[in-house]
Amino acid sequence: MYKIAVIGGEDTVTGFKALGLDTYPSATVNEAAFALRELAAGGEHAIIYIEEDFAAELSAEIAKYDDTVTPAIILIPGRSGPLGIAQSALQNSVIRAIGTDI
Amino acid sequence: MATTTISPTRMELMRLKGRLKTATRGHKLLKDKRDELMRQFMDVVKRNRELRTKVEEGLKDANTAISVASSVMSPQMMEQALLNPKQSVELDMTFNNVMSVKVPVYQFHTKADDPSDICPYGFVQTSGELDDALSALGDVFKDMLELAQVEKTMQLMADEIEKTRRRVNALEHVMIPDLQKNIRYISMKLEENDLSTKIRLMKVKEMVLKDAHNFK
Repeated sequence: MYKIAVIGGEDTVTGFKALGLDTYPSATVNEAAFALRELAAGGEHAIIYIEEDFAAELSAEIAKYDDTVTPAIILIPGRSGPLGIAQSALQNSVIRAIGTDI
Repeated sequence: MATTTISPTRMELMRLKGRLKTATRGHKLLKDKRDELMRQFMDVVKRNRELRTKVEEGLKDANTAISVASSVMSPQMMEQALLNPKQSVELDMTFNNVMSVKVPVYQFHTKADDPSDICPYGFVQTSGELDDALSALGDVFKDMLELAQVEKTMQLMADEIEKTRRRVNALEHVMIPDLQKNIRYISMKLEENDLSTKIRLMKVKEMVLKDAHNFK
């Protein structure tokens, strides 16, 4: 049985808390990085949603889990709206797999 | 080149021919696997794009709704209302096998009986906006879950495609040509040996005949 975690700014995660997800409000990138490492190492969470604002700076950390089955680290747009990082990550894996963009 | 290390024997030739056969067969199979993976990957990518857009839209709306809710309620009230979530989500993960890639399939259960029952507060002190915000978020969450599944599937498939592609290329451009070259080398060497043996025999025969008949 796995759990779902959300890492993001205080106001992004409050709503998810009500839905019953584990939330890790982080004010700084360092806090988010810490939470991410902790969660990924713990192995209890199958899905970790992380706010794009933080993900931008943690892309190396996130890329480590690309090829493992758990956890799935999924970027979600924060308060300021989508930054396009998730879209470009998608494009990158397409390029990686096929060798060209589609 | 590998030709320097192989010994031109019939045994080696047979071994290499066997390997070439396996390599060619493996190449064909892997190529089929790659093509099928690619085809499915395209579908997954398309689905991922759709879901990503949907989730981004949905979250934007939900965030706006939460902003509205927090503007009509005091921050303390808001915090208090959401302090003790009533609902808790657990995730079941099973695996689906797509062309030997194990992709996760998520199924989530809510602890409370009614999955739509997500408001962990009394209705007296909170505003209706908060209810709307949470129900909007609850709707987006279903898509988010599918997005997680699709995105992970995509990543795992991308990895597998990359690996398969490399294998296909290695077989096609390195291994098979090398084997063919070695086989050609050995068969030529063997022919050459045959020829020299034949010539030697002819020479010896000539010499023997010369001795026997004192032929000249």
